[in-house]
Amino acid sequence: MGRIVNTRTLPLLATVVVFVLIYAVCAVQYPAMLGLRVMGNLLTDNAFLGILAVGMTVVVVAGGIDLSVGAVMGLTTVALARLIEGAGLPPALAFALVLALGGLFGAGVGAAVHYLKAPAFIVTLTAMFLARGCALLISTDSIPIHNAAYDILAGAALALPGGGRLTLVAGIMLLTFLAGGILLHGTRFGAQVFALGGNGHFAQLMGINTGRTTILVHAFCSLMAALAGIVFSLYTRSGYALTGTGVELDAIAAVVIGGTLLTGGVGGVAGSFIGVLIQGLILTWITFDGTLSSWWTKIAIGALLFLFIAVQRLILVASARYGRSGAGPAAPNTPNQATSAPASRPSSGAAAPSAS
Amino acid sequence: MAVTPPPVVLAARGLTRQYPGVRALDGVDLTLRAGEIHALLGENGAGKSTLINLLTGAQPRDGGTITVDGVDIDPDGPGGAVRAGIAAVYQEITLLPNLSVAQNLYLGREPTRWGLVHRSRMNREGAALLRRFGLTIDASRPLSDFSTAVQQLIAIARAVDLSAKVLILDEPTASLDTAEVQTLFTLLRSLRDQGLAIVFVTHFLDQVYALTDRITVLRNGRLVGERRTADLPRLDLVAMMLGKTPTAESHLSRRPATATPAGAPLVRAEGLGRRRLVGAFDAELHAGAVLGAAGLLGSGRTETALLLFGVETADQGQLLVDGKAVTLRSPRDAIRLGFGFCPEDRKLDGIVAGLSIRENIVLALQAKRGWWRRLSTAQQHELADRYIKLLDIRTPDAEKPIQLLSGGNQQKALLARWLATEPRLLILDEPTRGIDVGAHAEIVRLLEDLRDRGMALYVISSEIEEVAAYSDRVLVMRDRAPAGLLEGESITPAAIVNAIAADHHTKGAA
Repeated sequence: MGRIVNTRTLPLLATVVVFVLIYAVCAVQYPAMLGLRVMGNLLTDNAFLGILAVGMTVVVVAGGIDLSVGAVMGLTTVALARLIEGAGLPPALAFALVLALGGLFGAGVGAAVHYLKAPAFIVTLTAMFLARGCALLISTDSIPIHNAAYDILAGAALALPGGGRLTLVAGIMLLTFLAGGILLHGTRFGAQVFALGGNGHFAQLMGINTGRTTILVHAFCSLMAALAGIVFSLYTRSGYALTGTGVELDAIAAVVIGGTLLTGGVGGVAGSFIGVLIQGLILTWITFDGTLSSWWTKIAIGALLFLFIAVQRLILVASARYGRSGAGPAAPNTPNQATSAPASRPSSGAAAPSAS
Repeated sequence: MAVTPPPVVLAARGLTRQYPGVRALDGVDLTLRAGEIHALLGENGAGKSTLINLLTGAQPRDGGTITVDGVDIDPDGPGGAVRAGIAAVYQEITLLPNLSVAQNLYLGREPTRWGLVHRSRMNREGAALLRRFGLTIDASRPLSDFSTAVQQLIAIARAVDLSAKVLILDEPTASLDTAEVQTLFTLLRSLRDQGLAIVFVTHFLDQVYALTDRITVLRNGRLVGERRTADLPRLDLVAMMLGKTPTAESHLSRRPATATPAGAPLVRAEGLGRRRLVGAFDAELHAGAVLGAAGLLGSGRTETALLLFGVETADQGQLLVDGKAVTLRSPRDAIRLGFGFCPEDRKLDGIVAGLSIRENIVLALQAKRGWWRRLSTAQQHELADRYIKLLDIRTPDAEKPIQLLSGGNQQKALLARWLATEPRLLILDEPTRGIDVGAHAEIVRLLEDLRDRGMALYVISSEIEEVAAYSDRVLVMRDRAPAGLLEGESITPAAIVNAIAADHHTKGAA
C-alpha cells in the first residue's frame, strides 16, 4: 500500500485537475465550448505546438533543453515554400527533404552538446540563431504556396458529430503524441533517455552510450520541429521565415505544465498533451470573451507555470522528507524489538518491500 | 603450496596511470582466480580507485596489459569492460533512482516483443533474478523506494547477471549496518562458490579476514605484494599497508584528556530536539575534552550535530553557550559563535570539488570574516601551506583541485578549513569514514592534539574502538533518541556496544 500518491504521477494528476477545472469554467460560461467543433479546432490550431512539445518532452526527460525548435520550424516553412513554389518540387519530396535536414540538424546539435560538453541551453541558442538566420536568408517575405496537392492535404478532415472536424494536421499531432509515448515508454531507447536524464554519469557506468543517446534525442526533437513546420505550412498554406518566433518557450511551458521535471529523468508526453490543451483552452476562452486582449494568454500561462514549478518543488521536498522516513527501515515506532537493535534491521528491511 | 591454485580469470600486468604531477599507478600487477574473493587493500592514495578505474575502462591506461581468460582486453568504457566480463559495484549506488528496479537490472538489454520492451516479462524475470540473490521484491517499483542495502544487492545482482566472471566491489560495506553486512557476505560466499572472481575493496580489516581468500596490497601507486589471507597475520598486513612496522594498533590505546574537564561547559544542550528529526538529548561540551557519539546508522547521531550546528533548527529544549541561551537558525549563527562542522558526506556537503586545496581551506575563514574583508593572496598561500604541512596533506602543491586528492587527504583539507577559523567547538561526523588504517591513526592523533590544545570536540563515529579511545564521555544514540551516556572508566567498546544494543534503559549508566 505504501504511498497512495506516487510522486511521479502527482504532477500529471495536478495537470489533469487544472485542465478539468479550466474546462469546467469554460463550459459553464460558454456552453458552446463543450462541443466537438471547438475541440476539433483546438486540436487543429495547436497541432504544430503539440508536435513541438513531443520533441521537447523527449529532450527535457533526457535532462536537456532545445531552444532552436521555433527557428527550425520557421526555416522549414520557408524552405518548403521555396522548394515547392520556386523549384517546383512535388510536396511529398519536399517533405522528405526538410524532415531529413531537420533530423541531421538536430544530430549536429546533439553531437555539439555531447562532444563539446557544452550546456544544451547555449548550443541550442546558437542553433536557434543559425536556423533563423538561414530562414531569413532564403526569404524575408511570406511566400504563399499554390499547389493542388497542398490544398487537398490542408483541407482533408474527418467529420465529427456536432459539426466538428478532425483535420489531417490534428490527426498528425495525435499520431505524433502516440508515437512519442511509445518511443519514450515502450522502447529500449526510451529507457536510455530516462537513464540519461536521471544521471548521465551513472547511465554511462551502466554501459549506456550516452553520446549516441544525446545525438538521437536532439535529432528527434529537430525532426519534430521540421514536422511541425510542415504542419504549420499546411495550416497557413505559406512559408515565412519569422514563423514560430518564441514558440519554443510555449513548448517548454507545455512540457513543464505537463509534469515533466526540467531536471530530467521524470515525465512523459501525456502530460505535455494536456499542457498544450490548457494553453489552447485559455486562448479559446479569451477569444470567446471577446473583450480581453489575447496577451492575457501569456499572463495566464505565466501564472500557471509558476504554480506548477512551485507544486513540483513542494512535491520534491515532501518526498525527500517523508520518503526518507518511509523508506528508511528504522521506523520511529518500533518499540518492541525482540533482542537487540541490529537484529531488528533485516526484519524492517524486509517489511519495506512487502509493503507493496 | 600443496593445493593447486584455481585457474586465473583475470591477469593485469604492469598497469600504469599518470596524472598531472602524480604517478597514480606504477606497474601494478593483479591476478584474480576463479572462486576466490580477493581483497584489494592500501592506504589513501595507494592507487586502489585508479586500478579499479583501469579495469572497468572508466579511465584509459598509460601502460600495461589486462587479460581475461587469456585474451587481451582494452575496455574503452564500462560497456567494453562488461562485455569482457568485468563489472563493478561502487560504495555510492550508481543505479538510477528514477527508473524501476527491473529497468535498472536490464537497462540496455531489456527483453523485447515486436520491437518494444516486454515490460511484464522484464518485471517477472527481474523479480526471479533478485530471488536468487535473496530479495523478494516487486521489481516494477521505482528503485528509490528501497533502502541503500537493498539497492546495493540489486546493483550486485545486475553486475553478476551482466558478466559472471569478475565482480569488483568498492567499499560495499561502508554504508551498511552489521546485519546487512552479514547478508552481503553470505551472498558473496555463494557467488564465490559458483566460480566468480570477486575483488573486495575495504578498509575494515575484520571483514578482510572474515571473507577473503587472498590479499593484494598497494602503496603509493606500487604493488607491495600478494598473499593468501590465511598466511598473513594482521600485524604483517598492517605493516605491508603502512610500509613500516607499526606499534600494534597504537592509536587504539586509550588516551583520554590529561585533566578531567571541570567547571562550566562551553556548550550545553538541554533537552535539545526537533520533531521528526531527533528526540530530546542532553550534551555538555567542555574545552579540552571530547564528547563522542555512537550509534547505528539512522540512530539520530548525525541529527544531533545538525542541531548543534544550526543546519536544522531545534523546536524543543535549549542550547547554552558560555551559560547564555542561544538559538541557532543557520550555520552562520554557529560559525559566529566559534563552531566548526566537518560533515559526514565529504563529496556532498563538504568539499567544493572544482576549487583548489587553497581555496577550500580558506573558505570558512573568509566566510567568517565577511566577503568585504578579503584575505590577501599571500595570506591565503601562507595559510594553505601551513595547514598542508601541519596536517601532512599529500599533494604536489596547494593549487591542485581538491577533487584529485584521495579521501583521507580531502578529509584533512576539510579539517584544515575549520582549523583555520580557530573554532572553540569542532563537530566531526565520521571523520575516518572511507579512510584507510594508516590515516585513521593520523586523524585520531590530530583530534587528540586539538583536544589537548583546549578545543572542545564532538565526534560522531561508527568506529566504536576509536570512539572509546579518544572520548572523555560518550553519548549513545538509538532510534533517534539518546540511549545512554558513558563516562570515565566505563567507556569501553563492549560497554558502547551494549548500550547500542540494549533493549532495556541504560540511561545514566555511568
